[in-house]
Amino acid sequence: MKAKSLRIGKNWLYAPLIFMSIFYLLPMYVMLVTGFKPFEEVNLKTMWALPHTIAFDNYVEAFRHLAPSLRNSFVMVIPATIISSFLGSLNGYVLAKWKFKGADVIFPLILFGMFIPYQSILIPLVQFMKSANLTGIPGLILAHVIYGIPITTLTFRNYYASLPQELIEAARIDGANMLGVYRWILLPISIPSFVVVLIWQFTSAWNDFLFAVVLTGNEQWPITVALNNMAGSQIIAWNVQMAGSLLAALPTLLVYLFLGQYFLRGLLAGSLKG
Amino acid sequence: MFKNKDRYLSFLLVLPSILAVMIFIYGFIGWSIRVSLSQWKGLNPNFAWAGLNNYIELFSDPRFMVDIRNTVIFTVVFVVGCIVVGFFLAVMLDQGLKGEAFFRTLFLFPMAISFIVTGVVWRWLMNPATGSRMSGLNLLFSYLHLDFLINNWHTTPTWGIAAVALAAIWQMSGYTMALYLAGLRSIPLELREAAQIDGASEWQIYRHVILPILTPVTLSALIILGHISLKVFDLIIAMAGKQLALDVPAIYMWQTTFDGLFYARGAAIATLLLISVAVLIIPYMWFTLRSEKQL
Repeated sequence: MKAKSLRIGKNWLYAPLIFMSIFYLLPMYVMLVTGFKPFEEVNLKTMWALPHTIAFDNYVEAFRHLAPSLRNSFVMVIPATIISSFLGSLNGYVLAKWKFKGADVIFPLILFGMFIPYQSILIPLVQFMKSANLTGIPGLILAHVIYGIPITTLTFRNYYASLPQELIEAARIDGANMLGVYRWILLPISIPSFVVVLIWQFTSAWNDFLFAVVLTGNEQWPITVALNNMAGSQIIAWNVQMAGSLLAALPTLLVYLFLGQYFLRGLLAGSLKG
Repeated sequence: MFKNKDRYLSFLLVLPSILAVMIFIYGFIGWSIRVSLSQWKGLNPNFAWAGLNNYIELFSDPRFMVDIRNTVIFTVVFVVGCIVVGFFLAVMLDQGLKGEAFFRTLFLFPMAISFIVTGVVWRWLMNPATGSRMSGLNLLFSYLHLDFLINNWHTTPTWGIAAVALAAIWQMSGYTMALYLAGLRSIPLELREAAQIDGASEWQIYRHVILPILTPVTLSALIILGHISLKVFDLIIAMAGKQLALDVPAIYMWQTTFDGLFYARGAAIATLLLISVAVLIIPYMWFTLRSEKQL
């Protein structure tokens, strides 16, 4: 009797779930549908209607506007992601398995950097990059590497701390030094953690706006700044803006669709959980 | 035998990161605080002492008062919205329905997108134009004969910021759902079964067993979302540009520093932001790291 009433209750749940799905999909729907509408169909009254014919003109035009900044984004994100992940792995290894004196003080100090509002370091950062002649993309890469250290260190440290100490002891008895243990024992088994961290860093560097807007000029704008400025201009039609938004969102959306579980693990690591 | 050499080596490996953190985080924070206590206005650095003047001025600055009001409204709508929506989505998905993975993927995907894209798209959805120029959600409401829902969204004075918070809920409620879902999945099944055998209804189980167990999750969500909302910046820039009615401290800081060249004032805003985030985050980190050690 009880189990039965529960089952009926469960099927009812599809109603609110589908309603919520509509809420989550509406912006995506508008973005997609509008981006494919040919110019003569762009009309406020038919905004919610499906396009009669599929046109790629908007994407061609959006791509024409955004291609340089898409390239900038890739040029910036790839090294920033790889370097900060590798640094995080080394830090995590030492802070989990080779604690030196003071390591327990250093770790929370590094972690706090994950939460600070970047406004509180912005003025010195801009001054520093200018005086070090690190303007544009190299400066942006450096900023993402440094401010990525906290989250990458946390993720790897939690992973390495979960491995038994005997693993390291055994390798040391066999004659490996601390670098050897890292290279031959830990590095090979931490590939899944690398995937989590690489995805997480890729996403946050790709989606960053604040560092990009203060550290880069017109020529080096990554996609977020270029899209924001394109949408702010009066000349560009909104169907082209929607096409541009999709272009800007596509790389991280694809990563999320294909590697969603790793994305989720990075997400949960950001709340300090392992 | 290797011990000492290895200890030095391990320290050397993390030294670059430690130095970077010490300089680029703590050194820069100190530098910012120093600027906030200076008279620096204009292009050239001027470190002449100003004491707390910049802070005192901020608290009699009408624009900063608007910022504080907006931050409070945004935080309440955003945090409460994300927690309520996230919790109910998680509870629904925890019932073992068919298609759970599909819904989970769907609710989380906005997290992968940048706040800029979210802002650009939602600005279109929330277009306040009326009559023949009506579009976006207002047009949809008009089709569905839900005319009472038609409104001016983010262009409404005072409460416009709540419309921006709605877009932020769209983006971040999936994250709260993921936190709660992880929490729900870690509750042993025996606990629910025991309560069921004792005759508790489904509702009572949630009220007296599951919600109390999830208190730490709720606390994490409150703090993580709260600190995100204090820092909100990109989303407002993309949705509203530099509209004064939707101003928040992060935008004021950016504008006054890099457009207006009032460096000292910008640094004071930044320092106040840091303090408000630190008040949330430091106790949270303290408890989280301590409970981890006890395990």
